[in-house]
Amino acid sequence: MNTYLTILVGGLLVNNFVMNKFLGICPFLGVSKKFDTALGMGMAVTFVMTLASFVAWIVENFLLIPFNLQYMKTIAFILVIAVLVQVVEMALKKMSPSLYQSLGVYLPLITTNCAVLGVAILNSDLGYNLLESTINGCCAALGFTLAMVLFACIRERLSLSKMPKWMDGFPGALITAGLMAVAFAGFGGLIK
Amino acid sequence: MPKQKNFLQVFVNGLITENPTFTLMLGMCPTLAITTAASNGIGMGLATTFVLVCSNLFISLLRKVIPDKVRIPAFIVVIASFVTILEMLLKAYIPALSESLGMYIPLIVVNCIIFARAEAFAFKNGPVLSLADGLGMGLGFTAAITILSAIRELFGNGTIFGAQIMPEAYQPMGIMLNVPGGFVTLGLLLALVNAIKNLAAKRAAAKKEELA
Repeated sequence: MNTYLTILVGGLLVNNFVMNKFLGICPFLGVSKKFDTALGMGMAVTFVMTLASFVAWIVENFLLIPFNLQYMKTIAFILVIAVLVQVVEMALKKMSPSLYQSLGVYLPLITTNCAVLGVAILNSDLGYNLLESTINGCCAALGFTLAMVLFACIRERLSLSKMPKWMDGFPGALITAGLMAVAFAGFGGLIK
Repeated sequence: MPKQKNFLQVFVNGLITENPTFTLMLGMCPTLAITTAASNGIGMGLATTFVLVCSNLFISLLRKVIPDKVRIPAFIVVIASFVTILEMLLKAYIPALSESLGMYIPLIVVNCIIFARAEAFAFKNGPVLSLADGLGMGLGFTAAITILSAIRELFGNGTIFGAQIMPEAYQPMGIMLNVPGGFVTLGLLLALVNAIKNLAAKRAAAKKEELA
């Protein structure tokens, strides 16, 4: 039980993907101008990342290791993710059009989100089992969502204030993110 | 396409005008993650350039063969193959670099620069121009992250490329090597680039007025 709690707190706060590992920075900066889009993107990523950690573990342990193909890991994982994103998109379209309406636009972007591939590679490097991998995927994605939503809220306020022209846009956003990272660094002592 | 561009124009466009880091804001993850030492920056930049040049060349050669509908999976396979080759080469010949870049080498696959150039340039242009674009964008990226990592190494460790620059009494600022330092340094660097661009635009406008 203890390990799962560590993974949960670690993924959510201490080893937050965006604030600590620099994974998923592109969507973090790209689609965080509004609260709604940030939340939508976060939910889509959570969905895909949990599934991807699960499937990637199965592919690695039942396909790559038995056939001695570990050097194909990168190619296999990215293909799994690409296929998964496609399947999720089609399934959502058929089964839940309303959910597709809200998440659909973010799905193609997820294929090139390095957090998804990152969590699959990290799981395999750390030697997690199936359950741990899946939980780690889910928690890391929730941590990503948390950071993204907080950042979007700050940026919404920031866009209302007057900034010097050369600071407007990305430079200001990056410095905000830096200050947020300082805050997240404060969680560092929670687990070892 | 307004007019045919030549090799040099495409190269300079990638290197300066549309620098992937400073103007397109692509490939942010490796930009921030590994820029703690100048040697890492240059290593990551050249590794990405290698993949970018190879994938641009290959995709542009294959652009008439790949059907439009499955182009994205096709790009992914081409890019991932080159990254795997790079991974093996680095492990065999430069193990130290492979060690310090760690999981960020396989993550070159999802570097948006490579993907974006395949989609926006290589799939529409011939192999020679695509090669120029790959070289320009790759070296532009290398230059940007080397500058960024040199700044972070200078303040965070007092050295550049491992050589002592700051005086002995200098207290290194550890935060520059951590996550917040990465964000803030890049933010300030971007602000500087923006300020220079604004100034240049103002000067150009003033000159035009003077002539008119």
